[in-house]
Amino acid sequence: MARYDRAITVFSPDGHLFQVEYALEAVRKGNAAVGVRGADIVVLGVEKKSTAKLQDSRTVRKIVSLDDHIALACAGLKADARVLINRARIECQSHRLTVEDPVTVEYITRYIAGLQQKYTQSGGVRPFGLSTLIVGFDPYTGVPSLYQTDPSGTFSAWKANATGRNSNSMREFLEKNYKETSGQETVKLAIRALLEVVESGGKNIEVAMMTKEHGLRQLEEAEIDAIVAEIEAEKAAAEAAKKAPPKEP
Amino acid sequence: MECVFGLVGNGFAIVAADTSAVHSILVHKSNEDKIMILDSHKLIAASGESGDRVQFTEYIQKNVALYQFRNGIPLTTAAAANFTRGELATALRKNPYFVNILLAGYDKETGPSLYYIDYIATLHKVDKGAFGYGSYFSLAMMDRHYHSGMTVEEAIDLVDKCIMEIRSRLVVAPPNFVIKIVDKDGAREYAWRESVKDAEVASA
Repeated sequence: MARYDRAITVFSPDGHLFQVEYALEAVRKGNAAVGVRGADIVVLGVEKKSTAKLQDSRTVRKIVSLDDHIALACAGLKADARVLINRARIECQSHRLTVEDPVTVEYITRYIAGLQQKYTQSGGVRPFGLSTLIVGFDPYTGVPSLYQTDPSGTFSAWKANATGRNSNSMREFLEKNYKETSGQETVKLAIRALLEVVESGGKNIEVAMMTKEHGLRQLEEAEIDAIVAEIEAEKAAAEAAKKAPPKEP
Repeated sequence: MECVFGLVGNGFAIVAADTSAVHSILVHKSNEDKIMILDSHKLIAASGESGDRVQFTEYIQKNVALYQFRNGIPLTTAAAANFTRGELATALRKNPYFVNILLAGYDKETGPSLYYIDYIATLHKVDKGAFGYGSYFSLAMMDRHYHSGMTVEEAIDLVDKCIMEIRSRLVVAPPNFVIKIVDKDGAREYAWRESVKDAEVASA
């Protein structure tokens, strides 16, 4: 019994927490996820690995709502995600019950990050192998937010971010192409970032948008295909424009 | 002296509750809303110990919301009623809640329903029900005039008859009532029946 009290996450001589770093590796192997914050909208996009023919894809939901005004997407160990998401949902209702106020995005992010940190400093447990992207609106000011947490328990707010597979390429793309957007433009930006690393097509990505008025809405495959087609057309037009100018004196 | 009663009509369920918050001989306020909107299509009309009433109904409301987030679909009225009864039953022999509840709801598949849940965790699915001293009068009135498949107008007329009976025959009758309705379009406030309005404070 005593053997299971020993901490799994201990410091290495050069100050590393290898278990946490290995957890980050697990995140890097997880599916790509992207989040973008607009002026009046927040968008989450997740890569959908090809679903097996016999699998009912409706039961594999990668973007979940934690409360009426908060949604979460993650990359990494999905089973660990279930545990965190459940705790977060309970906390959202518990907060409403005790202080009669919905949680702010920062509060629930801090809660989830706190939970992730606890599991890096407890006996007999391993860290959660996932990073989360949390989006939502402040219940009173209506200001949209995007936050990210990781297995070490750190969290911060972002204008746009990506996690999971090839997150570096997506983040580079976002850094180059981010500008203040709203509405459909924000959705397009998120999908464009995802398409950098994912095979194009509505079948391979799951996208959800959240607005203050309508809450979380998952986009249908047809809608995603339409936006992807728009993006491809714009890309083709840009390519053509690049080739054309030299001819004009 | 708290009066709560309700009935099921054609495609809707209606509940009415008095709105006085009383402490011994003092009336704290006469516009206390005792009918909570549990979720989009459910109403909980509760009477009893005020602290327990608010504590218990809010607890049920948050757990019903949690179920919906966890499972992606809302609880049916029957499931919510059984959950409520279960919580009352569990607390009964430790730290009982003194709250009587009429739970009204509308489900797409089964239509409107009304559940009678008393403080010792009795659960009955009913067409009409009532709690409190007012029940002596409202139940008798409903027994006389109720028939299944009433329209909203007929039901409101019956509710008004019950309120009139309570006002005229109950010794310390509550002056004001709130009426709420739930149907396919959701749960919402229907009307207030006020015979005593809080006096406006004269400006300096």
